[in-house]
Amino acid sequence: MSDVVEKTLSALPGLFDNVTQTGAAKITSGLKQLIRSITELTSKHEEEKLMKQELSAMKEQVSSPNTSMKQMREVMVRAMYCEMLGYDASFTYIHAIKLAQQGSVLEKRVGYLAVSLFLTEGHELLLLLVNTVLKDLQSTNLIEVCMALTVVAQVFPKDMIPAVLPLVEDKLSHPKEIIRRKAVLALYKFYLIAPNQVQHIHAKFRKALCDKDPGVMTSSLHIYLQLIRESPDGYKDLTGSFVAIMKQVVGGKLPMDFYYHNVPAPWLQIQLLRILSLLGREDQSTSEQMYEVLDESLRRAEMNHNITYAILYECVKAIYTIHPKAELLEKAARCIGNFVLSPKINLKYLGLKALTYVVQHDAKLALQHQMTIIECLDHSDFTIKRETLELLFRITNAQNVTVIVEKMLDFLRGCGDEHTVIHLVGKVAELAEKFAPDNSWFIQTMSDVFSIGGDSLQQDVPNNFLRLLAEGSECKEEDDELRLFAVDSYLTVLKGDASHLPQHFLQVMSWVLGEYSHLQECVDQREVIRLLAKLLDQRSVSSETRVWILSALTKISEGQTDLILELAESLSSSQDTVLRQQAQELRHLSRDSQLQECVLPRGAPWDSMEVDSSLSFLDGFVSEALAAGAAPYKPPHQRQEELSEERALNLEPYSFSLPVSLSSCSITDRQSPPLLSVSSGLSGNSTELSQKEGSSTLILEGVRRVWGKDGYLPQKETAATAPPVDEPSIAVHPSGQQEVAERIETQPEPSTRNQDKQQLASSLFVGLGTQSSISLLGKSEAPPPRFRKKPRPHESSSSSSGTSERSSDSSSRSSRTTTDSFLYGSLLEEEPVTSTSTTTNGLSQNKHTEGDRRANTSQILGSDMVIVRPNTIQDRHPPSASSDLTALLPSEIKDLPHSDVISLTSDPSLSLASCRMFRDEALLLVIFICNCTDTVIKDVAVQLTCEELETASLRGNVVDCLEGKSTSVCHYALLMDEPHTNVSFTGTVSYQTQPGHTNTLPFSGTLSTVDFIRPLVVTTEEYGKLWLSLSHDVKQNLKLLTDAGGDPLKTTLNALKDALQLHVVDIIGSEGIVACRLLSGAPCLLHCRVNGSALAMWLRSPHPSLPDCILYHCQRALAEH
Amino acid sequence: MIKFLLMVNKQGQTRLSKYYEQVELGKRAALEADMVRGCLARRKEECSFVEYKDYKLVYRQYAALFIVVGITENENELSIYELVHNFVEVLDKYFSRVSELDIMFNLDKVHIILDEMIINGHIVETNKNRILAPLLALDKMAEG
Repeated sequence: MSDVVEKTLSALPGLFDNVTQTGAAKITSGLKQLIRSITELTSKHEEEKLMKQELSAMKEQVSSPNTSMKQMREVMVRAMYCEMLGYDASFTYIHAIKLAQQGSVLEKRVGYLAVSLFLTEGHELLLLLVNTVLKDLQSTNLIEVCMALTVVAQVFPKDMIPAVLPLVEDKLSHPKEIIRRKAVLALYKFYLIAPNQVQHIHAKFRKALCDKDPGVMTSSLHIYLQLIRESPDGYKDLTGSFVAIMKQVVGGKLPMDFYYHNVPAPWLQIQLLRILSLLGREDQSTSEQMYEVLDESLRRAEMNHNITYAILYECVKAIYTIHPKAELLEKAARCIGNFVLSPKINLKYLGLKALTYVVQHDAKLALQHQMTIIECLDHSDFTIKRETLELLFRITNAQNVTVIVEKMLDFLRGCGDEHTVIHLVGKVAELAEKFAPDNSWFIQTMSDVFSIGGDSLQQDVPNNFLRLLAEGSECKEEDDELRLFAVDSYLTVLKGDASHLPQHFLQVMSWVLGEYSHLQECVDQREVIRLLAKLLDQRSVSSETRVWILSALTKISEGQTDLILELAESLSSSQDTVLRQQAQELRHLSRDSQLQECVLPRGAPWDSMEVDSSLSFLDGFVSEALAAGAAPYKPPHQRQEELSEERALNLEPYSFSLPVSLSSCSITDRQSPPLLSVSSGLSGNSTELSQKEGSSTLILEGVRRVWGKDGYLPQKETAATAPPVDEPSIAVHPSGQQEVAERIETQPEPSTRNQDKQQLASSLFVGLGTQSSISLLGKSEAPPPRFRKKPRPHESSSSSSGTSERSSDSSSRSSRTTTDSFLYGSLLEEEPVTSTSTTTNGLSQNKHTEGDRRANTSQILGSDMVIVRPNTIQDRHPPSASSDLTALLPSEIKDLPHSDVISLTSDPSLSLASCRMFRDEALLLVIFICNCTDTVIKDVAVQLTCEELETASLRGNVVDCLEGKSTSVCHYALLMDEPHTNVSFTGTVSYQTQPGHTNTLPFSGTLSTVDFIRPLVVTTEEYGKLWLSLSHDVKQNLKLLTDAGGDPLKTTLNALKDALQLHVVDIIGSEGIVACRLLSGAPCLLHCRVNGSALAMWLRSPHPSLPDCILYHCQRALAEH
Repeated sequence: MIKFLLMVNKQGQTRLSKYYEQVELGKRAALEADMVRGCLARRKEECSFVEYKDYKLVYRQYAALFIVVGITENENELSIYELVHNFVEVLDKYFSRVSELDIMFNLDKVHIILDEMIINGHIVETNKNRILAPLLALDKMAEG
């Protein structure tokens, strides 16, 4: 193919004067000149000079009124050149939009092209493009529709999607395939940036999948790959369709122009194989549907061309991902063998990559190719070597870890690429921690990791290592032995030349010496102090490391007052304030041994430290500061929100300026940050305001820093259940080697070089075959990892109950067959199954049973409010007879509106139920812990985790003693700052039925945004003013409820009000206005208008994603009605 | 997923660049130079894939011109390698024997072709006739 590019630069001079390429338009002089100059550039300096000239010439040209659109097109191409070379040509952006607006077709296309190249997502100028796109989408000229759809699929402002969505949807049924195809791609883009807005057109995606044109079908696969990756269970019923499509493609039913080098639509095949592997993963019945087509695919791809190998690779991956079938696995393994053994280097690479993927499922496969792998390990090609190490990493076990880690470290020592080093060093650390055969090897390997990893090492490597040392296992002697090894080894290192060592390593060493040097009795503490103090004198040591060293010195200073005082003295004049402060502390502590004992108790257990995370001891300080006039504390994210609010563009052309600020303040309380910022942004004294806040928060933050940024978050180890570490089986090593070596002896030509390799092989691949481990070790399982971290409570709490029900349901659905139909034709008749059709259970029921209970404490709830919400949480367990549990609620929250009590989880001793209570400023999640036994249960502790929510307060989560048959109540006040459609929480309860025997019981559940929505009571006038001040809006048509007989608008709004806790402000004719907010935070205003048989809803909020969220729940509520 | 596509000549001069993931303008030139250095340093018998930071580079050489594609780890390298060839074949068809100069003088058209093939980092069309159809229609309208 090298003949393709024949006319090279050597042919330049002749070509310039006589440009006669086919298809090329006449090149105008400006561009021609620029290209000529660019090809003649010889240095960076010249380039800069040329670009400067060019940019100023262009500036002149674009601002001249005489520049025609044709010339402007040329300017755009020149601007592309400038930006391509890295020079900012942002002054042309606005002209690109203008060109797209006003140019004739080719100029328009170049205008759109420039827009897509210059403007990135979220660029303000994109808003100016919306009208042009709207106009072109409605054009009768297909080319214009085409280019508008292309640009929409590339870059489009998220907020403006509703404006073009109906037009794009219409194009899905356009007679021209290219328009339908581009419309699908545009919708895919919308799905990527705002999934909620296209969820109502999922049925149309299906139609696109069944389109009679293969191109349209192909483009819909992008959407399906994405959807299936997110939730494979929802699309199992389509398996038959994908298989049918695959069959027809492989079977050669496509028109010839879809072939690439005689292979039918290879990239389409690859896409389909990816989809199939996602669908078939861990699902036997779905997998069975695709065995045949995968087999055929393997068989067909016999032609010797790169692209067939690309398909084969994908096919092999699919076969190993789905539910296994022996016959296919065997064929796939053979296929990998061909790849790995291929003389073509690209295929070898792909074979290694496939092998790396496959050994996760079947480690034995690596054994078959051990000699090839070893050859690749010494390959001259860096990429091949790197991939081989990745493969070795995957097959590492306790028996071959030393050899593999040595290989990796060897590679790292000779590797100059920083990114690779960081990546691989992390893997070495992981392996060392998992499989270390003994203490000295572990400490030595970690030292290598720290010295090779250098200062770019990821912080979690040293952190994990130190945590492992500190937390230890159950057995104290073993822990101390390991720590002692570390101390000895580091003392040796420090006695040598330490000036070249990376900072991370020095920090680790000083921490270890500070904590554990007292374990080593034969070492003089003065010697340790001297070594550490020596480090302080070195110029290469960073100030952060100095802090670590000083902390270590503080810990071991006991009884060495003279040395320490001397040191503190020398540091008291340091330039670094932190060091000076630490030196002061050191001086104080060394003088007062009692204080020292209290601050730094020696050998205190790691997890016994009590941390008051609420910082309640600062209350006095805070109230004093408040009394003195300081502004109340706001968390950083709230402050950030305010700042971004101020910066946001106000899109309303004729908004009021001053009066709005006053009224918007008056309708909510002063705490509400978004409203405050709206007012400040408009009234102009915003900087003053935020500065004041800034100063007040600074004080509080300064106080907090004593504990470090995230330092002492309540991550207490509740259940210390890690089993004692097994003794490493040293005897395993030689015997395993022997076994594999025996096997290798059968291979031919044992030259000396080969013998070396075979020896290496025997040590690399030891312990991989199941046979060897059974016959020689007498046990089939790999030895347990030597160092095992204590389990963290939330790791064990994943529950999979509930999914089995769903998958069996969908598999019965997927039994439909669509084979032997004409190409893509037959699927159209199938009804869409993906619509949201769950959780209609307790909706009406709840309303009746408890509909009469009202809150009288809540201020925001009007008298017409329905108190009990529909139960959006899916019940995992049948609701127990627990309605009387609400009687146990503490008196101060008893009267709040609440949901039903649902059961969370239970075991023979405890049963857990929960109930949501709605307070104005928070959601209270109440957990009832019932003791089902007759005996006392002790030390009950609840721990709740939810990443998306913030816990404002909690009460009753630890109960020392729970009497038999009694119930304890704990409640969490949860805040939602960022709207999420649904959030799930997980948690554990730990308790002791007998002393020393801790049980844990995991639970989980879901909360919906609806739980965090509160009505916003405003007058019509206030609503109007607030409306104008809000910037983020979303529009969408919703279903109008007409069945009840009454006024459809009222019926619909009431249904929404009941489901979402909205406040209906006013209904005038065919329009209604509704208001709500997220707890006591961001408001969201809804404007509803009857539009034929639909309800046109327009939502506005200061928060960018809140309208989307609320819209989603409105759609659901109406769908369920 | 495809992160970017570059056309660079042996001297390291960029002839075309298209990013599917936002990269600051100021950082592009240095990034491109760094990547091209990595590709140029490789020998003929070495494989056409190089690891670069978080992604893989797939490169293919045509006379003095390199085409370099940055992809994510989960992408199929060989299929991208062939995609590059398909792209060159399309250019060859349109320009009838494409050269570096064709690309330079028709930067906008090469971009238009590329926009038909790759959108948002996904391969959306590989049928040569269909890739060229919109551009040919544009040419026709411009003439007429």
